Amino acid sequence: MKPWRLLYWSLCAGVLVFLLAPIAAIIPLSFSSGSFLTYPLPGLSLRWYEEVLGGGKWLTALGNSLYVGAVATFASVILGTLASLGLMRHKAWWSEALKLVVLSPMIVPVILIAVASYFFLAPLSLTSTYSGLIIAHTVIAVPFVVVPVLTALEILDPNLARAAAACGATPGVGFLRVTLPGIMPAMASGALFAFAASFDDVVIALLIAGPDQRTLPREMFSGLRDSMTPALTAVATIMIVFSTTLFLLMQVLQRRARKNSQIAR
Amino acid sequence: MLTRQRSALLLPLIGFLLVFFVAPLVWLLSLAIREAEVPRALPRTLAVLQSWQPGQDLPANLFPGFAQDLTEARAASTLADAARRLNYEVNGVRSTLMRAAREVSSAPADTAFTQAFFATVDPALASPEFFAAVQRANGPFSTYYLLAAFDLARNAKGEIELATEANRIYIDVLLRTLGISASVTVLCLLLGFPVAMLLTQVTEKTADWLMILVLLPFWTSLLVRTAAWVVVLQKEGMVNSLLMHLGLISEPLTLIYNRTGVLIAMTHVLLPFMILPLYSVLKGIPPHYMRAAASLGARPVTAFFRVYLPMAAPAIVAGSLMVFILAMGYYITPALVGGGSDQMLSYFVATYTTDTGNWGLASALGLMMLATTVGLYAVAHKVSGGRALSMG
Repeated sequence: MKPWRLLYWSLCAGVLVFLLAPIAAIIPLSFSSGSFLTYPLPGLSLRWYEEVLGGGKWLTALGNSLYVGAVATFASVILGTLASLGLMRHKAWWSEALKLVVLSPMIVPVILIAVASYFFLAPLSLTSTYSGLIIAHTVIAVPFVVVPVLTALEILDPNLARAAAACGATPGVGFLRVTLPGIMPAMASGALFAFAASFDDVVIALLIAGPDQRTLPREMFSGLRDSMTPALTAVATIMIVFSTTLFLLMQVLQRRARKNSQIAR
Repeated sequence: MLTRQRSALLLPLIGFLLVFFVAPLVWLLSLAIREAEVPRALPRTLAVLQSWQPGQDLPANLFPGFAQDLTEARAASTLADAARRLNYEVNGVRSTLMRAAREVSSAPADTAFTQAFFATVDPALASPEFFAAVQRANGPFSTYYLLAAFDLARNAKGEIELATEANRIYIDVLLRTLGISASVTVLCLLLGFPVAMLLTQVTEKTADWLMILVLLPFWTSLLVRTAAWVVVLQKEGMVNSLLMHLGLISEPLTLIYNRTGVLIAMTHVLLPFMILPLYSVLKGIPPHYMRAAASLGARPVTAFFRVYLPMAAPAIVAGSLMVFILAMGYYITPALVGGGSDQMLSYFVATYTTDTGNWGLASALGLMMLATTVGLYAVAHKVSGGRALSMG
């Protein structure tokens, strides 16, 4: 092998190590029996998991994250799918403009969305409430539903809906039996992205959530501000397992979607 | 379904976003040019000042109205906001104004509120400089916050000049934000390009696996990754113990809570955003172009720079802009792994919103950030042929 080729390969390997090693390094520390965050580990134990899962703020935070994420995802999928149906196959200037409005929460820096929501929700007494947090999370999550669902609708063969109508299906039945199954994988992957957007958010939670709505990332933020403890590494490990599961689900969905589109051709 | 009926399905989301996203954002940004505190608290003072020019003597009929304004604003609790606003321009006037309002309210009924009365409370309150500042804040709009965001201010004559030394920090913050974003972009490009190229050269199955390795950190929570870097880079962390073990260093390096930590952690977070768009374009470059170049006698390096790189250029530009835009808005990572001098624009927007309550300045800085972001986005959109928003 030529030397520059070797250099190229080791550079690539180095980048992958850079991406993965820090995340991998934090996992064993959570099983440490000591309270220092250094290797070698003094021994193995589950004491940090007992501390985290034994009740208290971490469990509350996990519950908050799951609850807010689930409701925001549900709202995003409904609003986003309806909007995609309204947007599809329009090429008029107004539909392009509306598309821009719908997708703009992805472009606007999240700190501005958080501050704007804070000013707007405070006079409505919606700061420090679940409703306020869910509303703001729906704003940032909804573009993640619109992008895949709109794409799926545009590549869906329009003749399928026409054929359903020709066979006597009412528009409602045609939608439920033909269009909806066709865009289901896209809706599911949009839902996963939307959930991830809500589950990962800390900026909005910092400004809008009150002491009762503290989400997992918000609680981790305080922990990291304060001091890094092994309990934090246990929380991090639980979150890694969680996000990896989401990610694998996503892979399965995308593979299935790819297979479907190959069959369709 | 009829097209018009179908369009109605847009209404719920459009309505939701207009109420909870567009309206709040417009309102927030309007704070950058609105001036409401002083007109609300000192209406009589402003009415008299209308016919006054900076440089002239202060009119005698100004002060009784000023005294009445202070009493009423104090009773209606609008004085504190106005005092804070005026304090941005006339340092120290905040407490002076509050004290003056107290003294006016408790003065005997037959007191004459003249220039001399206020001069004994505090000379600043009888000075033309103070009333020039009041006049400039007469609303409903002003350029004060926008100028402040660029380290500028109006002097007593109303001319624009550099702000006082203590207020001259935002150009620095803007340059720092742009500098950190640019460094992170370059690092992401240098590290991401070889990996994206590698992905196009291996078999499809291997590429699938490598892609999973790239995407896994992408899906891992930002907070988890920040926590991981804290553990790895701290003084007793793995990087330091490895380097000491190898004998490369004798003292632990300070790798975190400074600029180094910010650059490392941000590059880690944003690298997948560079690799994904690069890969999607690079895989469309036919490999036989490089072979053709080689068969025409080009050395690999020449072929890379003359054939491959020009075709990859749009992806490099689009990916770099994407990373740059995302980096510009970063708040959490610098807040957790940076020091005091590594905080970016977002940090000041957040701080002025929650801690000090200088909403006008928060808004002006936010406007600066949004304008840069949208401008760069338009470029990215154009360069990538309208695909800047598509996800991996």
